[in-house]
Amino acid sequence: MQLEFSPAEIAFQKEVRTFIAENYPENLRSVQDEGHDLSKEDFLSWHRILAKKGWIAPAWPVEYGGTGWTATERFIWSEELAAADCVGTMPFGLSMVGPVIYTFGTPDQKAKFLPGILSGDDWWCQGYSEPGAGSDLASLRTKAVRDGDDYVVNGQKTWTTMAQHADWGFFLVRTDSDAKAQEGISFLLIDMKTPGVTVRPIITLGGEHEVNEVWLEDVRVPVANRVYEENKGWTCAKFLLAHERTGIAAVARSKRGVEKIKAIARTEQDGDRPLIANPFFKRKISELEIDLTALEFTELRSLAGEASGKGPGPESSLLKIKGSEIQQRITELALEAVGHYGAPYFRGFGEGDNEHPIGPDYAHRAAPTYFNTRKTTIYGGSNEIQRNIIAKMVLGI
Amino acid sequence: MDFSYTETQDMIRDTLSRFLADTYDFDSRSKMIASSSGRDKGIWKALAQDLGMLGASFSEEHGGLGGGYLENALIMEELGKVIAIEPYLQTVVLGGGALKAVGGAVADSVIPEIIGGNVIIGFAYAEPQGRYNLSNIRTTAKKDGAGYVLNGHKSVVYAAPWATHLLVTARTGGANTDVNGVSLFLIDANAKGIVRRDYPTVDGFQASEIYFENAAIPGDALLGDEGAGLPLIERIVDEATVAVCAESCGVTAKLHQGTLEYARQRNQFGQPISRFQVLQHRMVDMFMEVEQSKSMTTMATLKLDLPAAERMAAVSACKAKVSRSAKFVGQSAIQTHGGIGITQELAIGHFFKRATMIENQFGSADHHYERFERLTLAD
Repeated sequence: MQLEFSPAEIAFQKEVRTFIAENYPENLRSVQDEGHDLSKEDFLSWHRILAKKGWIAPAWPVEYGGTGWTATERFIWSEELAAADCVGTMPFGLSMVGPVIYTFGTPDQKAKFLPGILSGDDWWCQGYSEPGAGSDLASLRTKAVRDGDDYVVNGQKTWTTMAQHADWGFFLVRTDSDAKAQEGISFLLIDMKTPGVTVRPIITLGGEHEVNEVWLEDVRVPVANRVYEENKGWTCAKFLLAHERTGIAAVARSKRGVEKIKAIARTEQDGDRPLIANPFFKRKISELEIDLTALEFTELRSLAGEASGKGPGPESSLLKIKGSEIQQRITELALEAVGHYGAPYFRGFGEGDNEHPIGPDYAHRAAPTYFNTRKTTIYGGSNEIQRNIIAKMVLGI
Repeated sequence: MDFSYTETQDMIRDTLSRFLADTYDFDSRSKMIASSSGRDKGIWKALAQDLGMLGASFSEEHGGLGGGYLENALIMEELGKVIAIEPYLQTVVLGGGALKAVGGAVADSVIPEIIGGNVIIGFAYAEPQGRYNLSNIRTTAKKDGAGYVLNGHKSVVYAAPWATHLLVTARTGGANTDVNGVSLFLIDANAKGIVRRDYPTVDGFQASEIYFENAAIPGDALLGDEGAGLPLIERIVDEATVAVCAESCGVTAKLHQGTLEYARQRNQFGQPISRFQVLQHRMVDMFMEVEQSKSMTTMATLKLDLPAAERMAAVSACKAKVSRSAKFVGQSAIQTHGGIGITQELAIGHFFKRATMIENQFGSADHHYERFERLTLAD
């Protein structure tokens, strides 16, 4: 065992750090600093820069466009991205459907879909949850009926993140209503421009439009867009869920979040001292930091296990639970730190509105972010479900 | 010892509860907030003139019902149950509380106007650097002939866009955090030299940043003695803190009730999710937090007239506990609802937002633990 990076790894770190410093879009930085919602173009501007460099999909096999980096190099990369406070790339193509397609897809599907995921030309969304199928995902009822070379799809999906921008969606649909819940499901790729697909916004507590309802009415989907076998879609879904959970710990991003809280607490006054000198507040920061270290080294041990050939297993539920709780605590502490200025509701700049928003920049989105981050213990399998997984799969009880 | 309410108090609660059930359903509230003024003025008028509710905590000599803290608490609890955005806290509890404490001509003239629904008061006390310290004040009131001239910046003044009057803390002497040199003024909200920036708050109210730019105010705007206003300010803020705790009891009771109802009707894995033990225990914990909030609020309400040190310890104990409860109950309600709890569509998320703002209003849990320890735990 060894904690330090090797000289080659340190050189790698320097290389990626320099690249980020020289290439991260300046206008994107100011949008983030002022606390605005990011547009599709904001996300894509950074995506395209990484795609051009060939660094957009470090986790993919080299033959499909990956970088060939070691697990440690990928770790360094994600640390540097977070340290520089770069916007994340959308996971739906790169971390979710991409790996499903290169693992289970046909050569035609790989040729058709992987380039658009890498370039950013195709924006993907995930059609999993339904109004009646949340934690109990396998009870989904959206139906696909075979008709010649097409499926005809009917049903409703919900919580579909960023579907308003999406060109394509990957959907779990029921192709056999008589089979046991998990056994009659298929995995379909649907062009969001197909007639019968309707996307309706769901506005969340901070006023954001992130998630949507997706209605499917007699949507014709070529059978050629089914990944893997009919009625075996649950296999893809399980594979994808395990993939989704690696990285869900969000360690690097949370480290950056803790640093931001420290910066706020050094600025905010609490009587005659800065807030960071308040022993109660200081203790909360250190508790957070220590819990984050515990999470980081749990993730590193898990990565080491993967590198030695073990795939991500049910213990990744631990990373999800602890990672999501820490993300929430960071937003709690940020809101606490900004004091009275958590209350003003910041609506972003209107057209021609040059007035500076109320309160310090770091306070603008403290409350909305806190509200919004409640989602992390709910999505991707709620933390209650994750604990069930650990109880059953790890503890065997 | 007697914790029962009088017939009049029961009547106040029932009348208000029925009125709010008719006027303050979730859709009506959403429409008020979305309207250009951000509220429905008719509600405030009706509370005053049809229900006589704004006089509940004032003396009969001033035209009220002769009540006090208990009436304020039960009215705030009912307002909390519908997450009302009425300026009762600012106008009646804070403004009315200050006027009752100082008495005299100003009380005789303004209190009847409060009761009649003609006065709305914004409490301009917080400042960007001040956090929850009531004597950390940079706004100055300089003597100028018979009157004063105000200069300074007040933060996040709830209800200010609607206000006829502002209750303002300012420094007439002393340095930044000195306990001496603090004065309290009740001024015309539209006086020359007052600049406002109005905005909505995340919990549905309207508030303002207020800038005093050589605002000239008359000498009789001073409440109490010049330079010796801090004890009065501490007292009314304590009263308001308990009132907010009472509101929290209403808010969290509804968060709990809404969660129970949802868990009973939401099916997953072939059964209502209320059958899952992990969720049952969470809902039991929520219930216990709501009950303890009610207990602490009752305790602190009954201690508001004790000597300052005892009153402050009781209020801080109450707020520390209620802040933690508001956080736990709010977060648990959302988690039990799942994704639907994070949308604007359901009332539950809006109760959560108000509960979140209550946590830090008039001081976070940490602030109140610290004050409690200062008062009760000698080294």
